Amino acid sequence: MGLTRQIRRTLLTKGGVHPKTHKYTASMKIAPGPNPERMVIPLSQHIGAPCEPVVEPGQRVLVGQKIGDSKAFVSAPVHSSVSGEVKSIGQFPHPLGNHGLAVEIASDRSGEISPDVRPAGDRVNMTPDEIRRAIREGGVVGLGGATFPTHVKLSPPEDKPIELVIINGAECEPYLTGDHRLMVERTADVIEGALLIRKAVGAKRIVIAIERNKPDAIEVMNDSRKGDDFEVVVLPARYPQGAEKTLIKSVTGREVPAGGLPMDVGVVVDNVGTAVAVRDCIYEGMPVVERIVTVSGDGIAGRGNLKVKIGTSFHELIEYCGGYKGEKGKLLMGGPMMGLAQYTDSVPVIKGTSGIIALAGETVFRQEPAHFVCIRCGRCVRRCPMNLLPYQIGDYCDAGMWEQLEGLNIEDCVECGCCSYICPTKNPLVQLIKVGKEGLDKRKKKIESLSSD
Amino acid sequence: MDFKSLKITKTAKEKSGGGADLFTVGVSPHVRDADTTTRIMGWVIIALLPLTVYGVYIGGISAFIVIAMSIIGAVGAEYVMQKLMHRAVTVGDLSALLTGLLLGLTLPPRLPFWMPLIGGIVAIVLGKQVFGGLGHNIFNPALVGRAVIFISWSRLMTTSYLSSPQAAVVQTSAIKSINAVTTATPLQTMHNVRDGQAALSASRYYGPLFLGNPWGCIGEVSALLILLGLGVLLYNGLVDWRIPVSYIGTVVTLSWILGMDPLFSALSGGLLIGACFMATDYVTNPMTWWGKVVFAVGCGIITVVLRFYSNLPEGVMFSILVMNGFTPLIDRYLKPRRFGAKRVVSAA
Repeated sequence: MGLTRQIRRTLLTKGGVHPKTHKYTASMKIAPGPNPERMVIPLSQHIGAPCEPVVEPGQRVLVGQKIGDSKAFVSAPVHSSVSGEVKSIGQFPHPLGNHGLAVEIASDRSGEISPDVRPAGDRVNMTPDEIRRAIREGGVVGLGGATFPTHVKLSPPEDKPIELVIINGAECEPYLTGDHRLMVERTADVIEGALLIRKAVGAKRIVIAIERNKPDAIEVMNDSRKGDDFEVVVLPARYPQGAEKTLIKSVTGREVPAGGLPMDVGVVVDNVGTAVAVRDCIYEGMPVVERIVTVSGDGIAGRGNLKVKIGTSFHELIEYCGGYKGEKGKLLMGGPMMGLAQYTDSVPVIKGTSGIIALAGETVFRQEPAHFVCIRCGRCVRRCPMNLLPYQIGDYCDAGMWEQLEGLNIEDCVECGCCSYICPTKNPLVQLIKVGKEGLDKRKKKIESLSSD
Repeated sequence: MDFKSLKITKTAKEKSGGGADLFTVGVSPHVRDADTTTRIMGWVIIALLPLTVYGVYIGGISAFIVIAMSIIGAVGAEYVMQKLMHRAVTVGDLSALLTGLLLGLTLPPRLPFWMPLIGGIVAIVLGKQVFGGLGHNIFNPALVGRAVIFISWSRLMTTSYLSSPQAAVVQTSAIKSINAVTTATPLQTMHNVRDGQAALSASRYYGPLFLGNPWGCIGEVSALLILLGLGVLLYNGLVDWRIPVSYIGTVVTLSWILGMDPLFSALSGGLLIGACFMATDYVTNPMTWWGKVVFAVGCGIITVVLRFYSNLPEGVMFSILVMNGFTPLIDRYLKPRRFGAKRVVSAA
């Protein structure tokens, strides 16, 4: 039974690539991060409306004190990760690009905890609504990197009952090992977080999905199983195994409808880190002011899984890990498959910073801008987890042939980058598709504005 | 305080308190697979090497000249064309070399030296460069070159198989008796058998077709070495197994229904090299796997029709060229099923 299910799961998982995993930090215990004097905490660290500051320059703040909030539903408050004095509020470099409003705090490094930080209750006594409210107040967002506010995810409409909670422990991006370490070191907290999430959405089952290449996490999870409270599902190791739609298909065989959400197939997916954050904000009252960041790559002298205060600058963190090594190359927030290349290391760690990877100049993939010649090998088609035709979409996007894109489902693209990765001619397919999505949007708006005149 | 109107007064460098140098930026993914076009072409050439060496050994110096001239024609034409059109010269990607080698392997070993040269030039100029070069051609360039030679000098193309002295090493006694009857290709002989001109058993050909067949094109010398080459391609994940399997499967099934020895139909003629190295050409076959199956089955049907119902003894070349023409159409209609278009059976 177990074996046939494994085989079916393997057959169900179409596409994907196998980049070198580079998980050098997989067996390194989570270590404390630096305690810098200057913190820059962006007020927009999530998908949705940015926060308005609720503190003023000169004001003293404590750890866990709210410094930004928004009235919008799709938003999450931001809290101070240190105790100290607010120095300024203004535009600062942001890791998601360009600049953004942020609160600059001079830390007194004492780590005095705000009186607001108190346990919200426990799973047995709290109602789903209370759990959701506590999660919102704790500023919990998807810590896998997507940073979608968790309380929104856990508020499905009544006509979309949730049957299954999947805790995403796939961690398919190369280099990153933060989730892996959390599953090994904070097993009970991951499970408690999952139980809280299950209660919040009223689901029956919990699945903790882990890639096969983390045997210690699988073992420790299986060992802490009591009765039928959750199930551990072992997934084939491949990228993008942890992408939401791919993960749901691998675990359940269900396909999230095109343009739909996981709730359309009765599923909620939350990352391992998110589950721990949910548990922390309810049992300890501590909002998301720290996160696990994997620092790795051949451009940094040291490496490790660090518990980093939100707002610590990349520069500070890299110096803490021994500084740069070799010729300067790329500095990535996140893994090398979907991570964002930073032009400067003065950007702060935010809630979505799953890793900081520095690639030395020699190893950075560089290519002269040239006309890329597709040899129609079909690898992008075979590897695309969303069953698209990347070579064709890329061609039409490159040429601006928007009408031809009709019927090619470009909007289904999850931008995992498998097509670019596998292409033997090094065609930047996912880049073309991203550009094409924007081009299509502009064109649609133009047509709308013309027809409304 | 209106924060949205705040101007950026300090640069990132000034605000950072460190990290003055800037980094390289670029769009993800930041790592790439090591495979390149040149490496793929190189692997196909390596897969063809044992066959080429053995083919030259059996066919003698004239076989070597045929292969060399077709490669010179193809690579030279690519270089000259790209120079004339002021394009980047891409001879280094080995694709022209591969085209020349494939063309040479599909020619009889006793052709006059200028003929493969013309074939190589035609293959690149008419088969590839007029469409815009690598990746843009509709038809397999090597087969375009071969088709032009075949139609222009068909008598020479079908009677240049006379065996060389070296070929004697693979001649068993059984073959010697066949040899007394004819010097035509096995498939030609069987064609004659059907027409009542000769009487022979197909099974007598199994051994030589597999290990050393002196009556045929240079690359038809050994089924074993072609399959070895296919093994190399499959091991490296360079071709889709569905194409050779459905192509050969279709030919074997239909031939058997029509009364030909099935194993003989698979081993003889250009079927194996065509199914393993020509029909699998990336540029000219469909992109989805079921598109590839439709393509290969189509090739198989046309091959059998030409073998049985035309004046030609062999139909592999024309069948692949015809199906190459259908590739854009197959790609247009056989698209992958949209993710999330319909529910699939639950695994859990």
